[in-house]
Amino acid sequence: MAARVRRAMRDGMNRQRFSRALRAAPFLGPQSLFLALFVVIPIGLVTTYAFMTRGRFGGVSPEFSLENFTRLLEPVYLNVLFNSIGVAALTTALALVLGYPTAYLIARLPTRWRTVALLMVLLPFWTNFLIRTYAWILLFNNAGWLNQGLEALGWIDGPMNLLYSQPAVVVGLLYMYLPLMILPLYSSIERIDPELEEAATNLGSRPFRVFRTVILPMSVPGMLIGCVFVFVPSMGNFVIPELLGGGKMLLVGNLVRDAFLKARDWPFGASLALVLTIFLVVLLALQSRASKRITEGSPDA
Amino acid sequence: MSNTQTARPLLDVRGLRHRFGTVTALDDVTFDIADNEFFALLGPSGCGKTTLLRAIAGFEQPEHGEILLDGADLASMPPHRRPVNMMFQSYALFPHLSVEKNVAYGLEAERRSRSEIQTRVGEALEVVGLATMAKRKPAQLSGGQRQRVALARAIIKRPRLLLLDEPLSALDRKVRAEMQLELKRMQREVGMTFVVVTHDQEEAMSMADRIAVLNAGRVEQLDTPVGLYSTPRTRFVADFIGTSNLFDGTADAAGIEVPGLGHFPGEHAVPAGRPASAVLRPEDMILGDPGTGRWTCTVIDTVFLGGGSTVSLAVDGHATPVTSVLHAATGLRPGDRVGVGWKSDRCVIVPGEVSSAVPQREAAVPAGISG
Repeated sequence: MAARVRRAMRDGMNRQRFSRALRAAPFLGPQSLFLALFVVIPIGLVTTYAFMTRGRFGGVSPEFSLENFTRLLEPVYLNVLFNSIGVAALTTALALVLGYPTAYLIARLPTRWRTVALLMVLLPFWTNFLIRTYAWILLFNNAGWLNQGLEALGWIDGPMNLLYSQPAVVVGLLYMYLPLMILPLYSSIERIDPELEEAATNLGSRPFRVFRTVILPMSVPGMLIGCVFVFVPSMGNFVIPELLGGGKMLLVGNLVRDAFLKARDWPFGASLALVLTIFLVVLLALQSRASKRITEGSPDA
Repeated sequence: MSNTQTARPLLDVRGLRHRFGTVTALDDVTFDIADNEFFALLGPSGCGKTTLLRAIAGFEQPEHGEILLDGADLASMPPHRRPVNMMFQSYALFPHLSVEKNVAYGLEAERRSRSEIQTRVGEALEVVGLATMAKRKPAQLSGGQRQRVALARAIIKRPRLLLLDEPLSALDRKVRAEMQLELKRMQREVGMTFVVVTHDQEEAMSMADRIAVLNAGRVEQLDTPVGLYSTPRTRFVADFIGTSNLFDGTADAAGIEVPGLGHFPGEHAVPAGRPASAVLRPEDMILGDPGTGRWTCTVIDTVFLGGGSTVSLAVDGHATPVTSVLHAATGLRPGDRVGVGWKSDRCVIVPGEVSSAVPQREAAVPAGISG
């Protein structure tokens, strides 16, 4: 009896939920359409292609095959994957180290100056990123300003090979994605009630302990979001490795692009893209689970 | 006030002045607090009481004046070294830490041993009745429970002085009444000196041994609850504490002369010819048959309050109705005529407010000084 009542109640609730969803549909329509067109269909295509065979003149021929994935495990490609993870991880770590103090300082500025500072962080986005990347070439060039400057100071005898190296790629990526680290960090630090710092001080913590025991742990969710925001696009970027890495530095993004555009091997490109996507989705899932664990029980979770 | 003169005071505040921009938050504030006293800073919002509390905790640097704790100047002591703990109005519990971690925070800052921390946290949670909630996060607690956590966290270091900023304002009425009694009990039990900031006179009156009434950055009067009520020394205090019937007039040798109402006899220290006000508490009014007492008035309204009733009376020549409290139900109806007098020894005469010195009770106050 009780079970039947419970089931009836659940059915009623489901029906209610369904009718509510139906009523919401017109409002969700446009964005559902957008998601379907530009997310679900492309991912579906990529997934399908990844299990097919390469067509003779490009494109795909609909023969099922796992060959693309076995190819991925060849050391050449595995190396590129690990190298990409390494570069993206280094970029993320540097972004965190540079971004945290910046975000903290901005969050503690008087309100009036905060807006100005945030604007400055975002200002580079107003210029095309290709142009900004070319600017780094000018700077890092053998005859570039940096080498000239160092030579003029007498710190180096001949020009250093700054360009077309892994550090150059990391610097480029770092420059590109640092704001994506600063913004979520800023928003999570800014939300920490200054009274919590006072409470910690009042209970006997010197400023560093206040930071370590209150500010730092409370900004972990922002740190995680910032890390994902920097890591994910760094992993997939192919323009910066090409321009600043001189094509010597292959990252996964380059590999995907080359497979599609140069080798015209769509299925292999698709399998690479699929693996990359899965990797990043897993990363995002981990981040959101970790954030939820941390903010669990806090009032604004 | 006799208890402060017996020994050196625990806290000695001398000539404190502080300004935020053009707003004077503290204006020559001087008082002292004895050991084991329950002291209240009472005043309307913006009167400077929170600024005063924050100055004692070290979060504001007053421009002038001294704060001495046990005879030692606090000015040179950074806030994290002061033996003064504070319970914040918002409680300021660490949301990422469990109840026991919140309570342990102050001891961990002192690098106490793990076993000592554990015992003392257990004791403190016992005192506030939250021993079973140790593992919860603040968000999983009710308002009253959070308040207890904040209290446990503040008393665990056994501070010389515990500052409580509007400790009960976030609680609903019923819990508030319980907590008032409990705070008082706890203060006796732990044997600590409490300084409570509040805008709620009932709260201050029911808990504190002594109360400093603040207005516009000045201490208007420092007295026991009974003293504040029975012998207010300024018109502000008379008006702010409890209900009173105020009559403004001019002082003379034997009382004050109120235009239109005649002479109110009473002792006072106001120079003759200066503005003064007569204060009459509702329970000191005497109602009788028409023709008895000083005036014959018309009843405007009566309110039955269970234990007694309040009667509002229209007095000819006086703009505001006069309130009288009777300790019984009354048969009076609106429109009835009654004779009104008062117990002559209960008429308190205080200096009147010269118009330029009228305190701005709701003055515009910058965000920094709430309270």
